[in-house]
Formats: sequence, C-alpha cells, structure tokens
Amino acid sequence: MIIGEAPLPEGPLGVDAIAVTMKFGDFLALDNVALKVRPGSFHALLGENGAGKSTLVKCIMGYYHATEGDILVGGREQAIANPKDAHALGLGMVYQHFTLVPAMTVAENLVLARDDVPAVVNWAKETQELEAFLARMPFKVPLNAKVSDISAGERQKCEILKQLYLKRRFLILDEPTSVLTPGEADEVLGMLRDMVVSGGLTILMITHKFREVMAFADEVTILRRGKLAGNGKVADLTPDSMARMMIGAEELTVQPPRVGQLGEARLELSRLNALDDAGAVAVHDVSLTVRGGEIVGIAGVSGNGQRQLVEVLAGQREAESGEVRIRGDLYSASREEMRRHKMSLLPEEPLKNACVGGMSVADNIAFREFDRAPFASKGWWLNKSAFRKVAERKIGLYKIKTRSPDTPISALSGGNVQRAVLARELGGEVEVLIAANPCFGLDFAAVAQIHAEIMAARNRGAAVLLVSEDLDELLELSDRLVVMFHGQFVHEARASEADLTEIGRHMAGH
Amino acid sequence: MTTETADRAEAAAGVAPAADAGFLQRYGATIEYILIPGAALVGALAVFGMFVALFGKNPLDLYFYMYQGAFGTWFSWQNTLTRAAPLILTALCTALPAQLGMVIIGGEGALLIGALSATSVALAMPWAPPLVVQIAMVCAGVIGGGLWITLSGALRQYRGVNETISSLLLVYIGLAILNHLVEGMMRDPASLNKPSTREIGAANMIGSIPGTDVHWGLVFGLIAAFASYILIYHTVFGFSARVAGGNIRAARIVGLGVNKLILTICFLAGGAAGLAGMVEVAAVQGRTNANLAAGYGFTGILVAFLARHNPLAIIPVAILLGGISASGGLLQRRLGLPDASVLVLQGIIFVFVLASDALYGRIGFLKGKT
Repeated sequence: MIIGEAPLPEGPLGVDAIAVTMKFGDFLALDNVALKVRPGSFHALLGENGAGKSTLVKCIMGYYHATEGDILVGGREQAIANPKDAHALGLGMVYQHFTLVPAMTVAENLVLARDDVPAVVNWAKETQELEAFLARMPFKVPLNAKVSDISAGERQKCEILKQLYLKRRFLILDEPTSVLTPGEADEVLGMLRDMVVSGGLTILMITHKFREVMAFADEVTILRRGKLAGNGKVADLTPDSMARMMIGAEELTVQPPRVGQLGEARLELSRLNALDDAGAVAVHDVSLTVRGGEIVGIAGVSGNGQRQLVEVLAGQREAESGEVRIRGDLYSASREEMRRHKMSLLPEEPLKNACVGGMSVADNIAFREFDRAPFASKGWWLNKSAFRKVAERKIGLYKIKTRSPDTPISALSGGNVQRAVLARELGGEVEVLIAANPCFGLDFAAVAQIHAEIMAARNRGAAVLLVSEDLDELLELSDRLVVMFHGQFVHEARASEADLTEIGRHMAGH
Repeated sequence: MTTETADRAEAAAGVAPAADAGFLQRYGATIEYILIPGAALVGALAVFGMFVALFGKNPLDLYFYMYQGAFGTWFSWQNTLTRAAPLILTALCTALPAQLGMVIIGGEGALLIGALSATSVALAMPWAPPLVVQIAMVCAGVIGGGLWITLSGALRQYRGVNETISSLLLVYIGLAILNHLVEGMMRDPASLNKPSTREIGAANMIGSIPGTDVHWGLVFGLIAAFASYILIYHTVFGFSARVAGGNIRAARIVGLGVNKLILTICFLAGGAAGLAGMVEVAAVQGRTNANLAAGYGFTGILVAFLARHNPLAIIPVAILLGGISASGGLLQRRLGLPDASVLVLQGIIFVFVLASDALYGRIGFLKGKT
C-alpha cells in the first residue's frame, strides 16, 4: 500500500474482479471474467471442475497475477502481488483441506497463524485474549483440545475462526462443506450467514452444491470453461437454471436403468479389524455381505475408517484380524486372487492410489494385464506395440483426453486420469467392484460416465461396494446403504426407503 | 468450446503445462537429464579449480593434466577403462534398487563379500580346471554380494529398517568379517606385512582383453549394464519394478508382490557389486586383503546418481569418473597435489549433483512456455 493513502473503509469489504483474463502459455484459463461481490453479502461462485473458479480466487488472493484486468478491494484498485498483500487488505481464504497442525492445540494453532508471533509466547495472556475473542464469536471450539482429537466440523470452524482472529473481513471459502455431514454443514454455513447479516463480514464461497447456494447465498456467479456463464440474485434463480448455466449444452452419458436379479453372495467381510497409520483402531469388527447384482453403499463422514477398509480390500493395508472372503474363498489381495475373482478397484484420488504419475497413459492402462498376452510375449518380454494398440482403443472407448498414449498420466486432468483407471478396471469382465469416492472433484461429464459404468457393472451381475462421502451419489446408485461411524457399521437401510435425516444423524454418531 | 479446453485449463493450472506441443514439450525432459548433471559436473570442476588455486596452482594446468591423465593417451585410456569396470558394477548396486524407490549405498560391502566368496571358492577347488574355477568364482561373487544386499532389503520389508542406513552399516560389518578371516583362519602365513589370503593362482586369473591392458571385468560390466537396461525397460519384471518404484500403492492395488520384487532386485544389485569384487580378485589383486576396500563401492553411488540411475547412462559416467580417478597420479606428480585431491573432487561433484536435483522441472525455457 502507498503510504499516505486513505485507509480502507471500515466494516465489510467488497471485492470486484473486472474483465479478468488469465493465460497459461497460449491457453485461456479465464476469459474476460467479471465478479462483483457486494460488501456484506454472501456470494456463491459456482462451476464445474476446470471452469476457472480456483484460478479466479487465486488471482484475487495474489497467488496468480491476472494477465489482464483489475481487482478492486473496497472499491479501490489494488495491486496484489502475493498472498501477504491480500492478507494485509483483510482478505482471507479457507481451503478445502485443513491447514491446522494436528499435533497442536486449537489455541496454539490460532496464535501461530499470526504474522507477529513473539519469540516467547505469554500463554496466560494469549489464552485470556483468545477467550475474550471467542466470547464474541458465534462458534465455540475447545481451545485446549488437540486438533487431532476434534471432529471435522470443529476443525472447519477452527479454520474459519482463524481467519476471523487474523481480522480478515473478506473470506473466501473453497468448498467448505466437502468434509462435513449435512447437519454440520448447515450449522457452519448458518453461523457464517448470521455473521454476514449482522455486518462486518463478506463471504465468497466456491461450491458445486445447489442446495447450499439456495439456502445461504444472496447472489451467485457461475463460470463455465473459463467464461462468465451467468450471475444474479439467488432468489431469482432455480437449481435447474443454475445447472443449465454450469453445464451448457453438453450431452451427458445416460445412466442405464436398474435391472437384473440379485445373485449369490460374492464379497463377505467378517469381523474385520484394521488400524490406521498411527496404530489406532480404524475399522472395528466390520461384517458385511455384498451379493452379485447389488450396489452396497457405505456412507460416512471422511475419517471414520472408510479409507482403511478400502485399503484392506485393495491390498494396501493388512487387516489386524477378521477375514475377507470372495465367493467363499479367503482373500488376501494377491494378483492371482484379484484375477481369479475378476476384482476391480476404483480408489479415491486415482493418481495417488492407482497410477504411476511418471509412466505413460498406455502403461497405466496396462497395469492389470501387462504380464499376459498380448502385452507380454512368453510371459516375460514386453511387447510395446500391444501397449500402444490397446491404449489407443481404450482411449477412444472411454473418451480419455490425452495428447498421445505416451504422455505421462500425471499431465492429464483429474477426470481423464479417472477415465484411464476406469478403462483399466472396467475394461474386462467384472465380478466384484470396489469403488471409493470415484467421482471426487470431477466434472459432470466424467461423473455421469462413471455412474453409468458402475450401474452397468451391477446390471451385468457384479457385486459393487461403493464407499462415498457424497450422500446424493450413494442414494442415486445404491441398493442398500450402510453408515460407518468410528470404524463401525452403525446403521443399514434400503436406499429406496432411506431417510436423509436419519442417515445424517447416524453419520454424526447420534 | 469443447471439453478439451477445460481439461487443458486444469492441466495448465496444475503441474504440467499442456499448452503447445513442440520440440521442447517432447524432448525437454531428456534435455534436462543431460543438461543438469552436466552443469553440476562443470560447476564442481570450477569449484575444484578454485580449491587448486588456493594451493597456488593454475587451474588451467589442472584441467589439462586431468584430461591428459584420463583420456590423453592410449595408456591413460586403458587406465581409465580398468577403473571404470568395477564402477559400472557397483553403480548398478545403487541404480537397480533406485528403480524401486530404494536408496542403497552399501555397494562397497557387497563388493567385499563378493570378493571374499569368490576367493574362498577358488581356494577350495585347487584341483579344478581354470575355466571351472572362474565360473564358480563368478557364481560365488554374485551370490555372496547378492545375499548381502538382500539382507538390507529383507530388513526393510520385514522389520521396517531404513535400507540406506542398514546397507551402509553392512559395509563396516562386511569389512570386519573380511579382516577377521584374512587375519585369522584364511591368512596366508607368507603374507607378513599385509595380511592376505593365499593367492588363487595365476592360471585362474581372468586376464586382459587381447591387445590391451584392460581386464575382462570391463566386458562383465558392459554386459551387466546392458542386461539391466533390458531387464528394467523391456521385461515384465522390470515393468513391475517400475510400477512399484513409481507408486507402491498403485502396485499393491493391482496385486503385485512387492516383497518379492524388492528382494529380487536387491539380490541382483548386490550380485553386480559382488561381481565387481570377484573381478578385482580375479583380474587385479589375485587374493583377498584389505586393499579391496579401495572405495569403488562408494564412487559407484556417485556414478549412479550422476547417471540418474539409468543403467545405460552408467557406462559413460563410470568412464568419466574412472578417468578422474586415473588422473590422480598425474596430478600428484605434475602439480604436487595431495593424493586425496581426487577424493575432494568426487565429494564436490556429489554435493553438486545432489543439489542440482532441485532444478528438475524448474528450468523455464525447457517447459515450452512462453
């Protein structure tokens, strides 16, 4: 800031982005986008993955510098060179993933976030000040609890409190409810809404959940493929009209209808126990049977043992005790067993869990079959042309967008990485399918395609175990729904008769 | 606008820019692999030049004599290649496990155990014809060295011991075993000043490549390097190893037997270093004694890192490093530099190579960006 300049106005800040264009090389990530967030409003920024939402807020926060266009803060043009400048202006951001240090207490996390942490912290004084600060806030969090001991909802509140404690007056929230139960999400957003209404705070929330936009936001801006697709008052819009603006005229894969007969028991878990990385019990005495031709959904807030359960089934973690049987045979996740039982796995974060980023798309597609003909001659010599031929066919079939089959898979977008994994895992016959958050962070086209493939596999008689944090996805696909809480199955319901509040209650452990 | 644009937006915003498909896009990575280690080497030589200038010598003389001593004459070339032979093999001991994401720095230990095994076998069969003895020595060297490094791999997989630390500590254990045997039950009573085993006999030595003074160990090294390259890049086993080395979670999810992969590759790695030990016995020393701990195992680590763990790139890098060590004698004679100067240079190169790792993917003009 220039010395001698008049200070920014008191109270809530407004932020305007005017004709922002952002180029990466010769590619346009943002094309002449305008965003007007009025002071003291709750503004939603909607868009698919890759629509440019993150790029836009990163321009506002100073992580990127817009190629063209201006950012106005409090009605005044500001050159925001880096996030520090943005913080000094009172802009703050809450990320999708937690940035708190799990091994430290809430109070320690708050104090350490300050720019001016003294060399010796006077904890008595700080605690007193923090308590006074908390008394003015609508949320309550236990100051002396370790972050690792508090729930996801409380952590999200801490992240928001941290921003308020740092005296930020304009908050950007990046999908803040993705790790919360529907109940927690409503509570947190409701409190933020109250703070906005009572003055002093402006909120810009990135989201893809229409329900949250309808319930909490005043105004909405919608981006599509780097361009402004629409904006306006939420009161004047419907979820349908917003969805049309988000997706445009794109055609989505049609999901096949639910058909077929329930088959024999394929996947049986009995009294399965598993530990997490820290050695604590993550999966506790879990028993479940999945039969052919059904999709069993596992609902739960992230961090309740779903990841460890899937890891055991994927061979990435050893079970402590209990057993897994597939068609009656004991299963230990060896390559031979996976092959014999025609197992397929769609793990969450496919680049991290199912691909080797530095290897080519063709290589990654061949991971299940590379040791057999046609990929391997006589069982040991790799036949490179077969890799290429199979990859080219599957790239076409699964609409994977890549420059060539030899491109490293890490250069692909999230949706295309997941499509490549889909091509590998669902390309052949499938009898048991295990999917974990298969659509996390993907765009509509990819989600529709993946849902259609999962439903098609079920209709062909596969036993499907679908673990997801997205209740809508579970209700849409599952035949049966199980709720996981603190490593145990606490509730089971037929998906067609499931009651959302009942399920939400069990997800929160009540 | 098509969906492709949006995907490219993501790619552009993420790690890998997918903007224009040009020469740099395709070959940028390869150029990096040559440019960055090359620059590290040049930087290290420059710093070494300053070090030499502090001794009051002209750095230009230094570079001239280094070139002379390493590649200036046919004699120096032979000296260089003789030194390169064990370096190729010990470099494989680091480069092969690196394919699986392991950092093994105990090639020296495997070399010593390989030498000891090969000597023992040769001494145990004085009745056999030379060819049989030589084949038995190769097998013993490979198996001895292989099992030594497999021990590190097993400690890692089944006991969670860091393989870098364990392989390094096993070097000292290997040296202690060697000294114990050489000074005790295997000692040749005739070796008074320098405790050694008995000689394996002139007939059992593997000799030189005809027309040169370079021993057959160089051919062993070249074959091992080519075989490793084919194993890693053209076979099912190598593919599995690259999957497991690239992402262990991906390897597990497709059911690859990671333990077996690790133990096998550790065995092959140790086998290569063990073979280097056998070569040093059967082509140079003729017996086992503490002279074998000449540091080839440690220089091999440097070779592997400079070659980015690529088995074929190891060959020229080993020759280069062999040349540097071959030039040590000339530097000592002509410039009066201390004997350890070459070690100082090796140390500087290692520091530069490790530091240069931070540059990958950060050189702007190689990314094809405007």
